[in-house]
Amino acid sequence: MKKMGLFICHCGTNIADTVDVEKLAKKFESYPGIVFSTNYKYMCSHPGQALIADAIKEHDLDGVIVAACSPTLHETTFRKLTRQSGVNPYQCEIANIREQCSWVHKDKEKATAKAEKIIQSIIEKVRLNEDLKPIEVDVTRKALVIGGGVAGIQAALDIADAGYPVLLVEKEPSIGGHMAQLSETFPTLDCSQCILTPKMVEATTHPNIELLAYSEVKSVDGYVGNFTVTIEEKATGINWDICTGCGQCSEVCPISVPSEFEKGLGNRPAIYTPFPQAVPNKPIIDLENCLKMKTGACGLCVRECEAGAINFNMEPTYREEEVGAIVVATGYELYPIMNLGEYGGGEIEDVIDGLAFERLLSSSGPTNGKIRRPSDGKLVKDIVFIQCAGSRDPEKHKPYCSRICCMYSTKQAMLYKHSVHDGQPYIFYIDIRSGGKGYEEFVERAQREDKVIYIRGKVSKLYRENRKVKIVGVDTIANKPIELEADLVVLAMAMVPTTGTEKLANVLKLQTDANGFLQEIHPKLRPLESTTAGFYLAGCSQSPKDIPDAVSQASGTAAKVVGLFSGEYLQLEPTIATVDEELCSGCGICISVCPYGAREMDIGEGIAKVNKALCVGCGACVAACPSGATDQKNFTDEQISSMARAILKGEKES
Amino acid sequence: MKEIIYYPGCTLKNTAKNFEDSAIACSEALDFKLHELKDWYCCGTVYSLTSDDLMHHIATVRNLLRVQEEGQARFTTLCSMCYNTIKRSSKRINENENDRETLNSFMDEEENNYEGKVDIIHYLQILRDEIGFDIIKEKVKKPLKNLKLAPYYGCLLLRPNEVAIDDPDSPSILEDLIAAMGAEVAYYPFKNECCGAYETVAEVDLVVERAHNIIGNAKRNNADAILVSCPLCAFNLDNRQKEVLEKYPDFEGIPVLYFTQALALALGLDPDVCRFDLNYQPVEDLVRGIKQ
Repeated sequence: MKKMGLFICHCGTNIADTVDVEKLAKKFESYPGIVFSTNYKYMCSHPGQALIADAIKEHDLDGVIVAACSPTLHETTFRKLTRQSGVNPYQCEIANIREQCSWVHKDKEKATAKAEKIIQSIIEKVRLNEDLKPIEVDVTRKALVIGGGVAGIQAALDIADAGYPVLLVEKEPSIGGHMAQLSETFPTLDCSQCILTPKMVEATTHPNIELLAYSEVKSVDGYVGNFTVTIEEKATGINWDICTGCGQCSEVCPISVPSEFEKGLGNRPAIYTPFPQAVPNKPIIDLENCLKMKTGACGLCVRECEAGAINFNMEPTYREEEVGAIVVATGYELYPIMNLGEYGGGEIEDVIDGLAFERLLSSSGPTNGKIRRPSDGKLVKDIVFIQCAGSRDPEKHKPYCSRICCMYSTKQAMLYKHSVHDGQPYIFYIDIRSGGKGYEEFVERAQREDKVIYIRGKVSKLYRENRKVKIVGVDTIANKPIELEADLVVLAMAMVPTTGTEKLANVLKLQTDANGFLQEIHPKLRPLESTTAGFYLAGCSQSPKDIPDAVSQASGTAAKVVGLFSGEYLQLEPTIATVDEELCSGCGICISVCPYGAREMDIGEGIAKVNKALCVGCGACVAACPSGATDQKNFTDEQISSMARAILKGEKES
Repeated sequence: MKEIIYYPGCTLKNTAKNFEDSAIACSEALDFKLHELKDWYCCGTVYSLTSDDLMHHIATVRNLLRVQEEGQARFTTLCSMCYNTIKRSSKRINENENDRETLNSFMDEEENNYEGKVDIIHYLQILRDEIGFDIIKEKVKKPLKNLKLAPYYGCLLLRPNEVAIDDPDSPSILEDLIAAMGAEVAYYPFKNECCGAYETVAEVDLVVERAHNIIGNAKRNNADAILVSCPLCAFNLDNRQKEVLEKYPDFEGIPVLYFTQALALALGLDPDVCRFDLNYQPVEDLVRGIKQ
């Protein structure tokens, strides 16, 4: 008979306040099979773990029950300890008496009675547990990074530097992301291009990185360590292999349409590279606006291209790749101004968003760094920045703080003042959030040195009058309504996940949160991992963040990926479905219910087998099997029955 | 011809008769008959915000009960104030069974219990959602060319959010109607500013200031007239022009019309249905302008 030990954790007061842990520990001393029962304040701490290790040795335990928090938190901890103490780790189980008991109840007596039942059922489970070994599978030591903004670039470089091949996929024609659009960066005011473009170049020249720009991930199959992905390389209209990037085609193109990169403040031709420092520095054809595609006339670019690289009939191509880990760094975009009716809903030309203003500030921007208003090109003498435009507005827009706006508006006001010495910048704010290294000092400097006027209060309305923008708001420190006139108003729009995030999340089967950002597995302790194994989250796809945080997170995901790749094998949980081949009739019901494609028919033998690498042990096929041929390791029908009996023991029959 | 029960409210039978008559005439021209609710009560006038307020909803509920007794589940109104009060009260009473029971037991002299199924819609919603601005455009006989109209919403059609008939911060229902009537829509950022509402009783100067701002913005954007949907807005923006002129001698007035008066003109109806004699600021020049 098994000799089991029971270890009840107080979790500080989390459990002990609601569950009488002393009483339970005493009571279970006489429970069949339990040879040792105790309780301790923090079972997961060093002394707590030592207590378990000693008890295993002293009482020669071959079953360990830890009554504590949810197994998602510390099952791994205690199984590791069990293994180190010489007992098979699958003989250790967690009785969850915190999330499923103490946290959700108040009545101590009833909660204690419930905790007793939970513990009893887990003891009955362990009684029938068998020794298991993790399943070992090979790992494809190649990473896929989706998104070529600064986060994606950093993750790709770090993984590549560790010696593993990386596939960097970017849906736009160039990598660089939003950071490439920025003028200078807070709080050091170093030029964004100067710090980013070398990294872009490194990403394209690194021997371990293959860059697929203007490409999208279309499907993903497989599991952690062994994914098969399909990537679409969109039709650029230009054979990049022979294109020299000379730019002659763009010079002769007669079309001029608003440039996405310049946020519509400047124009681009129909055959274009998004910006001069683009990587790869090769153009694409915007087929929707191309005259040749629209009318059949033109073709000036074809005549001009000496390399003969232009091909209007290019089709997208698809390639399949095997990778072991995937970093998702799909970034953010700004909530559209159109959604803010009170600020003109995009109708007032001289009301622009923060990224558009970055283009006005940029020396390579549409105005060569001169701050001119879009409506008539006049130099801007009064400028108003409005914080929290669409953020912190749970009723109508986004409930969350976009985190970087206080800092970038401060930076923009400062840079404006450096450019227009006699101009006056104003910033409307709710409160200034300057938590970051050197951030508070930066805001202080804007106020002291650059005479930026900060007005605490919300703006209720913007409208056109006298060729200026009228600002109606409130100053909540003076407690008075306030009206201003400005040449230009810059809205610090809420940051939202990129438009394609939801679709990609569906393709990758990743969870998103209530605001559409990708969901991490644990907000504090596992912020880099998605809820699906093998996927890692970097940058603003997970939440709004500034450059230092995006880069840190990206390096963190790289460490995770390198960790995954460094083992000889990948170990998978062995608590999966098994088939009694004598009983299986080959009906195939299990195949139709399996969400992971882990059940497959062996036609020769006429039975349904389990793919050990794909099975996650969800139990769907176990429940569905009509002949009882399928069972789950350490969660057998017999175990479930005895657990249920343990819970129902002492209940009156109705 | 489609029919809907119509709730007039007190002002429409008095100072805003021009609103009622023009609306009834328009709806008939648009094949949509308004059938006045029998034995209607006061709407309640303002939605009560006191905490122990259930009795303040009784007037509204009696109206809902009258509609229920006519075998209907919905009715319409013109006055923005009536719309707002009835819509908010009905939402609360329809969604809250306990409140309904309390009120029903209080109204023990009523033959029937109110069952919580009657809803109100504003006349503008009928124009937009049931007739459609495309159809209205087809039925316009005298397009209001040469006219630039400023759409004024005030607050009651748009706030609070849950009873708004359009986007509270950038509504377009009046703009769409103006376009359907063949007139030009004036840029009018003051369209949802507060007119001063009941302050007009005790704080006349406050309302004069509001009106001066709201009208000034319409004038600066070259509007020929302001369109309204609320008798109280109409009073504050139209009648109060007298006091505005007293305070600001160079003030230039502007006609203020109910949207139904403009619609009646566009549909080519007899101008008499507009009862322009009840408008404070003269409208004759405007009407003459359309005829030319």
